Amino acid sequence: MGASGILGNFLAETGKKQFLSNTTIFLFGLFFAPSLLSQVDFVSTSISPQTKLTENVLVIILAGLAVGVGTKMAGGCTSGHGVCGLSRLSVRSILATIVFVLAGILTVSTLKYWLGVI
Amino acid sequence: MQRLVSLITGSLFGIGLYISQMTDTLKVQGWLNIFGGWDPTLTFVMGGAIIPMFFAWRLVKKQNKTFLGNNINLQSRKNIGTPLIVGSILFGIGWGLAGLCPGPAIASLSFNGVNGFIFLISMLVGIWIVSKLSRLKYLET
Repeated sequence: MGASGILGNFLAETGKKQFLSNTTIFLFGLFFAPSLLSQVDFVSTSISPQTKLTENVLVIILAGLAVGVGTKMAGGCTSGHGVCGLSRLSVRSILATIVFVLAGILTVSTLKYWLGVI
Repeated sequence: MQRLVSLITGSLFGIGLYISQMTDTLKVQGWLNIFGGWDPTLTFVMGGAIIPMFFAWRLVKKQNKTFLGNNINLQSRKNIGTPLIVGSILFGIGWGLAGLCPGPAIASLSFNGVNGFIFLISMLVGIWIVSKLSRLKYLET
C-alpha cells in the first residue's frame, strides 16, 4: 500500500504484457513531478535539489539491499507502515514503525555522528 | 480515468516528499540523530500525513473499495512474527545508512545522480530476493 508495496507490485508485473499499468504511471508521477519541481527555484532556497547522498558506493549498495530486504520482510516502509498503517491504528504497523525508527536512530548515532564512518 | 488518477496521486506524493524535504538525505539523518543536534522538523511530515489518512480510512472503511472502484487489499495480517521485527530492523539500518526510503528514493532520482540509481537497483534486488525466497514461506510475513 505504501511506496514499497507499489514497487513490489511493479516488480511482480514485469514480464506481464500490461501496457502502462496504474502502478507504472503512479511511479512515473512520483519520479517526474519532483524532477520538474526541482528545476524551479521557487520561494525558498532551503529545498535544494543537490544530492547529499554519501559518496561511498559500498554504503549505498548495503543500504539499498537492507531497505529492500527489510521492507519486503516487514511488509511495509515509511509510507506503508508509518503513514497508512499508523493512521488505521494497525498494531503490526505501530510495532514496525517503532522498530525501524529505533534502528535508524541507532545506525545514524553510532555510525555517522559518533564514529563518523558514513 | 484510473491512469489519470494514478498520475495525479503519484505526482502529488512526489511533490509532497520533495517539498517536505523527505528527499533530503541529510535532513532525514538529522531527524534520526536524536542524541546530537536533533532536527525534529520531519516529525510533522509523518504526523501531517497521518491526519488526512486517518479520515480517509474512515470514509473508505464502509465500502471496502477505493473511489475508483478498486478493491482495497487489506490483508488484516495480525501475526507479529520474526519477519516483521527483523525486516523492520534491516529497513531502519538501511534508512539510517543512506537517509533514503522507497518513496523518496524514486522522488529524488532526478538529482541524486548515479548513486541514487545504485540505491534504487540495490533496493529492487533486495525486494526481489525476498519475494523469491518467500516461497519458502517463512521469510515474509
